[in-house]
Amino acid sequence: MSDGARGAGPRAPAGALRHGPGRALIAVYALFALSATARSGVQLATRFDEAPVPYLLSAFAALMYALATVALARGSESSRVLATVICLVELLGVVVVGTISMLTPEAFPEATVWSGFGSGYGYVPLLLPVLGLVWLRMAGRGARGAAQDRRAR
Amino acid sequence: MPEYLPTVLVFAALIAAGWTLIGLLRDRGPDRILLGALALIEVGLLAQAVLGIAGLAGAEREVASVTFVGYLLGILLVLPIAAAWALAERSRWGNAVLLVGCLAIPVMIVRLQQVWDGQGV
Repeated sequence: MSDGARGAGPRAPAGALRHGPGRALIAVYALFALSATARSGVQLATRFDEAPVPYLLSAFAALMYALATVALARGSESSRVLATVICLVELLGVVVVGTISMLTPEAFPEATVWSGFGSGYGYVPLLLPVLGLVWLRMAGRGARGAAQDRRAR
Repeated sequence: MPEYLPTVLVFAALIAAGWTLIGLLRDRGPDRILLGALALIEVGLLAQAVLGIAGLAGAEREVASVTFVGYLLGILLVLPIAAAWALAERSRWGNAVLLVGCLAIPVMIVRLQQVWDGQGV
C-alpha cells in the first residue's frame, strides 16, 4: 500500500480527511473558494443591480466552497457532518441551477458557477461535491473503524 | 505587457503539471527539481504582475482594471499556498495538490488575457 493511502486506511485518525486523496480534493475546493469569492466580490461590488439573483447565487456558491474547504481541512466529527451537508447543498445547487439554466436560459443572463451544470468551469462544480461525498464516506468509514478499535482496547 | 511572458508561463506551468503527474503515477512525493521549477514560475508570475500593472497605467483602452489586477495578484498566491499544502504531506498526493495548482495557472493566465483584450470582466 502506498503511504498516500494512509489517510483512507482502516486506522485513519480524526484528521483523516486532509490526508491522501483528500489533500488534493481540499486543494481544488480551496481554488474554487478563492476564485468564486473573488469573482462574486467583484460582481457584487460593481454590477449588483444588473443581475442580483445570479450574483447572489455566485456569492452563495463561493461561501459553500469556502466552508467546505475549512470543514474538510479541519476534519473533526462535527466538521465532517458540516462538510457532508455542504456537499449535498452544492450537488443540489448545481443540478437545480444547471437544469433551470438549460430550460430557461433567460433566467440566468449572467453565468454563475453552477449554470449549465458548471460547464464554464469544466464541469468541476458538478464533479466536486460527488468526489467530496465519496471521500467523506471512504475516510469516514476509516475513522469509525479506528474509533471502534479504541473502544475494543 | 509583453506577449511572450504569459505564453512562456502557460507552457512552463503545463510542463510542471506533467512532471507532477509523473510523480503521482510513480507514487513519489514532490521532488526538488519540481519545487525549483515552481519557484522560477513564481518569479515569472511576479514579473508578469509588475509588467501588467505598469502596462495598465499606460493602456489606451478601457480594461476592467479591478479584475485584471485581481488576477495578476491572485495568481501569485496559488503556487506558494499549493506548495505549503503539498509539502505538509510528502506523498504522491503532494504531487496531486501541485498538479491542481499548476493547472490553475494556465486557466488564470487565459482569463487574464481575456480581461486584457476586453472580453468579459
